[in-house]
Amino acid sequence: MVLGLASLGQAAAGDFEKSVAALRAVGGEGWGNEAAGRALRQLAKGGADTLPALLAGMDGANPFAANYLRGAVEVIAGNTLAKGGTLPLVELGEFLLNKSHDTKPRALAFELIRRVDASAAEQLIPGFLGDPSVDLRREAVARLLGQAAGLAKAGNKPAAVLLYRQSLDAARDLDQIQTISGALRELGREVNLTRHFGFLVDWQMAGPFHNKDRAGFVAVFGPEKNADLSASYNGMDGKVKWRAYSTDDEYGMVDFNKPYGDLKEVTGYAQTEFVSANDRPAELRLGCKNAWKIWFNGELVFGRDEYHRGMRIDQYQMPVQLKKGSNTILVKACQNEQVEDWTVQWQFQLRVCDATGTAIHSAPTKNRAVAAK
Amino acid sequence: MKKLILTFTFAALANGLAAGDWPGFRGPLGNGVSDEVGLPIALDAKKHIAWRIDLPGRGLSSPLVVGDRVFVTASGGTRQDQLQILCLNAADGSVIWQRQFWATGSTVCHNKTSIAAPTPVSDGKRLFAIFSSNDLFCLDLDGNLRWLRGLTVDYPNARNSLGMASSLVLAGGVLVAQVENDSESFTAGLDKQNGANLWKVNRPKSSNWTTAMVQKTKSGAEWVLLQSGKGIHAVNPKNGEVAWHYADGASTIPSSTLAGGVLYVPSHGVTALELADDGKSFRQKWRSSRLRPGTASPLVHRDRVYSLNNAGVLTCGDTDSGKRLWQLRLDGPYGGSPVVADNHLYAFNEEGKVQVVDLSAPEGRIVGEMDLGEMILCSPAVSNGALYVRSNRRIWKIARKTQL
Repeated sequence: MVLGLASLGQAAAGDFEKSVAALRAVGGEGWGNEAAGRALRQLAKGGADTLPALLAGMDGANPFAANYLRGAVEVIAGNTLAKGGTLPLVELGEFLLNKSHDTKPRALAFELIRRVDASAAEQLIPGFLGDPSVDLRREAVARLLGQAAGLAKAGNKPAAVLLYRQSLDAARDLDQIQTISGALRELGREVNLTRHFGFLVDWQMAGPFHNKDRAGFVAVFGPEKNADLSASYNGMDGKVKWRAYSTDDEYGMVDFNKPYGDLKEVTGYAQTEFVSANDRPAELRLGCKNAWKIWFNGELVFGRDEYHRGMRIDQYQMPVQLKKGSNTILVKACQNEQVEDWTVQWQFQLRVCDATGTAIHSAPTKNRAVAAK
Repeated sequence: MKKLILTFTFAALANGLAAGDWPGFRGPLGNGVSDEVGLPIALDAKKHIAWRIDLPGRGLSSPLVVGDRVFVTASGGTRQDQLQILCLNAADGSVIWQRQFWATGSTVCHNKTSIAAPTPVSDGKRLFAIFSSNDLFCLDLDGNLRWLRGLTVDYPNARNSLGMASSLVLAGGVLVAQVENDSESFTAGLDKQNGANLWKVNRPKSSNWTTAMVQKTKSGAEWVLLQSGKGIHAVNPKNGEVAWHYADGASTIPSSTLAGGVLYVPSHGVTALELADDGKSFRQKWRSSRLRPGTASPLVHRDRVYSLNNAGVLTCGDTDSGKRLWQLRLDGPYGGSPVVADNHLYAFNEEGKVQVVDLSAPEGRIVGEMDLGEMILCSPAVSNGALYVRSNRRIWKIARKTQL
């Protein structure tokens, strides 16, 4: 029987499980929506004691199913509290503290606890410092930041520095990381944000190729056929070879304008080698305001033909499977014809991390050695 | 509440909505014009703010009013990935229910806008809410989720790094979602009952924040008038087929307005298109570069067309000729579209100041002002003698004291 359903009885528990299964069966383009709607109405009649089981139903669920299940949780919790009832705090807390559950339902469990007992929720926050849920982790970092600021204000600089260091180690959100690094620098300490985020800074570049009428995005230029570093290609202005490029930008900006000048209607490629200590899942996290494509170990991961609509760290998050040893990452970035000041950028930033945003660092590579020379 | 009896009241009632409801972006006809009378004019915060409620998240979507309930969307969380839908009691602003869902699409957007930018729509029985992440939810009016879609999960390049903002419309019983952007750009007609695609058509690959207008013909047929940088496409909401195309370009920010069978398009200023009675063709009536709107959508009231530019200048033109009649400087800038009720125009600027313009004065006259003190980017709702307007933090009900 599913978690927390002991009170329902065998038949009701079976109906519950069928309804959850209907929600978990929904797919893309609205597939399964009608059955899910019926199942949801059934589940929403349940009592607050079904909440932990509904949360558990989100484990491994696709994003549509997770939202359907959240719909049931929201209705049951809302109705229960509106009628003056309460939520099963202990069971929700046990669910929250069990890190084998998915991060989203755990964070939702925390929010439910906070709705009914803010004091109990507060007590749990320090334990979230290394949590796989970035939302829960953020709570703990925020608390630590407050403590560190208090120590700094009281003149206890060594203790403040150490608390800031501890909070930086745990922080994954840009705003918190910038707050912490600013505080540490004010206290005279060095912070290596490039390393904290894990931006890839050593690259080989090839270009420029054309992007007249934005046709370069779909055009297959030489580096897409053969990315061997010894290869040469027919570029826009003659033969093109790979050249080493390293960025010293704190946020790992790889800027094609630096080696090639402020060009328009052009395409450039950058590739790097990432040496992984083991086989493991990871995410490529890209920020780019040009049209781009990215290949991982020779396979196209994703591409997007949008120009100058904005850029930010971790703008695009793409799951990949690292293999032990050498992995190759190839990025194509297209610059368009716009001439406004805010369209000069022809650049990207890329990092490899786990699902929480924790940097995964590459072992030293051949490229880095070349770049250093 | 005394009301002027106008034809669109009957149209609204026929849809299962009640007179006085404000069921979507820019009201029952999507044109920002209300048949309400008796709204406060000489505004005074002490007298006319009926209630003010804190919201749990950000947003610039317009509030909706259906019956005695106000609906508003917001987005919260560090990554703006908590999508919120609230139902408030119109009488006192108390929260009747609140629902939260996770964003499944991109929550990247320009700092000024929000993931809760598009305005929901209601048919009087259900609420359809879409967010910039292209997550779409259908709930009944008691907050029970009926179905959902995640359009960026389905179509991964359907996103805009500046944010999406086109609001949903209902036409011919079909829910129309405009998901237009630089990459995987489309508009889809969805089954209201289950969210399934009835049709999906490719649209110009260009960012677009406008909201469609709906033309209802005398025979009862409805056409969706989709605006984009490529102009206007009149689309059959049953199958997505295009009846006609005005191909001379149009703005991708302010939306068109439809009044008296004429579509006023933000195109080369404003271009007036006279629509055939059966909706299957159009004729260009006039064009005026002197009526060029800024971000706010143009308005038509009686025989006048009004546009508000980014500098805050309100321009009045003649609907027959497009001739500019007068201009009045208001305190801009404006991110949200104004509304008209009882021959008064209500314009909320980005600094939270509302100005009331008496449109019966020969060259318009400012007859009321009030400062809400927070950035307002939405178009207000008008219902049952009150205005409803929201910021990133709050929602206000503005009404005469006697109506509180």
